[in-house]
Amino acid sequence: MAENNPILKMFGICKTFPGVKALQNVDFMLRAGEVHCLMGENGAGKSTLIKVLTGVEKLDKGEIFLDGENILPKTPLEAQAVGISTVYQEVNLCPNLSVAENMFIGREPITAGRINWKEINKRAEAALEKLNVKIDVTQTLDSYSVAIQQMVAIARSLDVSAKVLILDEPTSSLDKNEVDKLFEVLRKLKKDGIGIIFITHFLDQVYEISDRITVLRNGELVGEFETAALPRVQLVAKMIGKEFDELASLNKGNVAVANIEDDTSFIKARGLGSSGTIKPFDLDIKKGEVLGLVGLLGSGRTETARVLFGADKADSGELFINNRKVSMTSPIDAIKQGMAFCPEDRKKEGIIGDLTVRENIMLALQAKRGMGKYITRKEQEQLADKFIKLLSIKTAGPEQLIKNLSGGNQQKVILARWLATEPDLLILDEPTRGIDVGTKTEIQKLVVKLAEEGMAVVFISSELDEELRTCSRMAVFRDRQKIAELTGDDLTEHYVMQTIAGGQNDAE
Amino acid sequence: MQNRLKNITKSRLFWPLMALALMIVFNIIFVDDFLKIEIKDGNLFGRIIDIINRAAPLMLMAIGMTLVIATGGTDLSVGSVAAISGALVCSLIGGDFKGVAQHPFAVAILAALAVSLLAGAWNGFLVGKLGIQPVVATLILFVAGRGIAQLITEGQIITVYYKPFAFLGGFAPGIPIPFSIIIVAIVLTIVLLVLKKTALGLFIESVGVNATSSRFTGISVTKIKFLVYTFSGLCAGIAGLIISSMIRAADANNAGLMSEMDAILAVAIGGTSMAGGRFSIGASMIGALIVQSITTTLYAVGVSAQVLPLIKAIVVIAICLVQAEEFRRKAFGIFAKKGGVQNEKAAAKL
Repeated sequence: MAENNPILKMFGICKTFPGVKALQNVDFMLRAGEVHCLMGENGAGKSTLIKVLTGVEKLDKGEIFLDGENILPKTPLEAQAVGISTVYQEVNLCPNLSVAENMFIGREPITAGRINWKEINKRAEAALEKLNVKIDVTQTLDSYSVAIQQMVAIARSLDVSAKVLILDEPTSSLDKNEVDKLFEVLRKLKKDGIGIIFITHFLDQVYEISDRITVLRNGELVGEFETAALPRVQLVAKMIGKEFDELASLNKGNVAVANIEDDTSFIKARGLGSSGTIKPFDLDIKKGEVLGLVGLLGSGRTETARVLFGADKADSGELFINNRKVSMTSPIDAIKQGMAFCPEDRKKEGIIGDLTVRENIMLALQAKRGMGKYITRKEQEQLADKFIKLLSIKTAGPEQLIKNLSGGNQQKVILARWLATEPDLLILDEPTRGIDVGTKTEIQKLVVKLAEEGMAVVFISSELDEELRTCSRMAVFRDRQKIAELTGDDLTEHYVMQTIAGGQNDAE
Repeated sequence: MQNRLKNITKSRLFWPLMALALMIVFNIIFVDDFLKIEIKDGNLFGRIIDIINRAAPLMLMAIGMTLVIATGGTDLSVGSVAAISGALVCSLIGGDFKGVAQHPFAVAILAALAVSLLAGAWNGFLVGKLGIQPVVATLILFVAGRGIAQLITEGQIITVYYKPFAFLGGFAPGIPIPFSIIIVAIVLTIVLLVLKKTALGLFIESVGVNATSSRFTGISVTKIKFLVYTFSGLCAGIAGLIISSMIRAADANNAGLMSEMDAILAVAIGGTSMAGGRFSIGASMIGALIVQSITTTLYAVGVSAQVLPLIKAIVVIAICLVQAEEFRRKAFGIFAKKGGVQNEKAAAKL
């Protein structure tokens, strides 16, 4: 059958970056009509393998065959022309162009020497309709949520008639419904004989959709496996290359502090709100607890964090820190009050790409101390070395530019940046998004440990599992409003889901 | 050894210095007495002194421009601000034939600098606080600035006969080197000291690389932007004083004309990315010297003023190409690999 037809073969792929062997002699084979998962920890080489395949990076050594023909794409456009299409981890489209323009950029249908806009809009609508997305394609891309943007990226790739479709973490910002829709489309494409390379960190999804799995570790090939024949625990063990540290055994710590008097609250928000983003809410955050903010995408969980941190201006209500009323107009005010905030969008709001790891780590502390009190070079280096070791950040050194690090390690640097300021309250918005299982556990453990040491932590995540494992209390959000607070026995998967959903079945 | 050479070629000062060396070698070969420096009336004279002296206003503007560009912006108004500053200082001193100043010299200078600072602050307000795109925001003063200067001089070219005014762009009594060079040295020292002793430089780079992340990290992006544009205005103001002093007159139409382009060019030749981020004031200074020496050299070898811009453009293209890594790799990869010595030989052959 077609399923056994290798459509894509890669042999002996090598790629070296300054200080890092990103890929060493990696083989990879994709068959027509299969979904093939590429798995590995951060820095395992998944993204690099994809970049080599799609012509973003030049390979040092190795051969690529597509349909038996030796190819060597030098640019993404060339890769696209031979039938390899990609949807990247972070949406790589132009936010200020319309949805339709984004879908046809570089391959606009031309009639009589001019771009046929009617045709573009019609075809864009049709392509999105296949994904069950019905939106106005003439609106700019940034007027839609990240999830929709992701869908547009996928629709674009599907529309470019592809033999090989690569999805690099496409589901990290999609909710359950959207993931189901995506999988429906993938199954249809499978039947059409398209080979799909799928990169994700969600094990559930791996087992739901994939036929085969290729595991990479530290730039080397671990092996190719049939999904059905590889139990989860073994998969994880192969990925992290050590005995799997059972996630479920993570100790929540003795956070019985929840009973302590209200006065010990580090933060008290009363009727705090920002029109258009979050309706007025009351919220107490105590030292030594991990408070989860849960809800669907756009429910107000991120918006709440941003208002607390002063990133968005509150236009109603009051905020008390240690029982003292404060007013905050910008993040620096919050930082001086002992707050720290890891934003959701690591690339846009977190890292400062062209600065070194050292500079990225010391920046917040410098801002807190003030511009005039320049941290000495020696202290900067000590700080960097300390956190690189403490969080086991994988980098060639403190002088490496942060943009050259893998996603998970970038996140660790951002964490280091905030831990360096020794905050009383640490707000983490999706700190584990797009991060491998091993680092995920590390971060979760760190969160619990920090709380035990007396820090107040606010933890936002779309993965309920993760929330349940780490949080001692949860605030539930729906439709830009805080609707409940859950503690103790209420913190079960079932009950939290029910609260998020609001009891009634409003499916769509 | 191989490694050290590699480190030298990697330094951000290397290629600008290479280009400057190329200019100097060219001058030594084609311009008579290029290296000669003599003492006349206790003052230093010579082509090199002349180039540095004439480059002084450009160097000042380039200092401010470097910081602005490092934040990812640009300041098109520096030429006009220089004209305003020159107009104000001249009209305050006045065009008395007997050389009597209407207002004290110091007052005139301070007033001109205060107005320049204000002009810069206006740019900073538009870009930093209101978030207007830098090109558009500074275009306002670029256009309006010369009008303001005309208003100040009431449409006249005010010629100043007050003697001490000539010191700024010439020689002050008892000091053998041109006074403008001393001004540049002072401003440069202060700036480099501030950058070394405070985190300002890092914050500027951080804002230039990613303003959103910087804000979340606790850096006041508004303040940093306001600061660099204000400072750029001040630098342009000082440059304006020197320019008007050199011609001992306020010429609202021509003082500092097109100098914003030269300043941006100086920064670009120095290798600071127009997109913002990493910057080097030192490299921009070399860039300014290169830009000025191109003009001076071309005059020296007899290129007429009318075709000068064309030749200048060709030289600039050549310099930019030499600095572009991609071009070097393709054109003369051998020299790029072997580093400095080879390249100078190649340059001498040209």
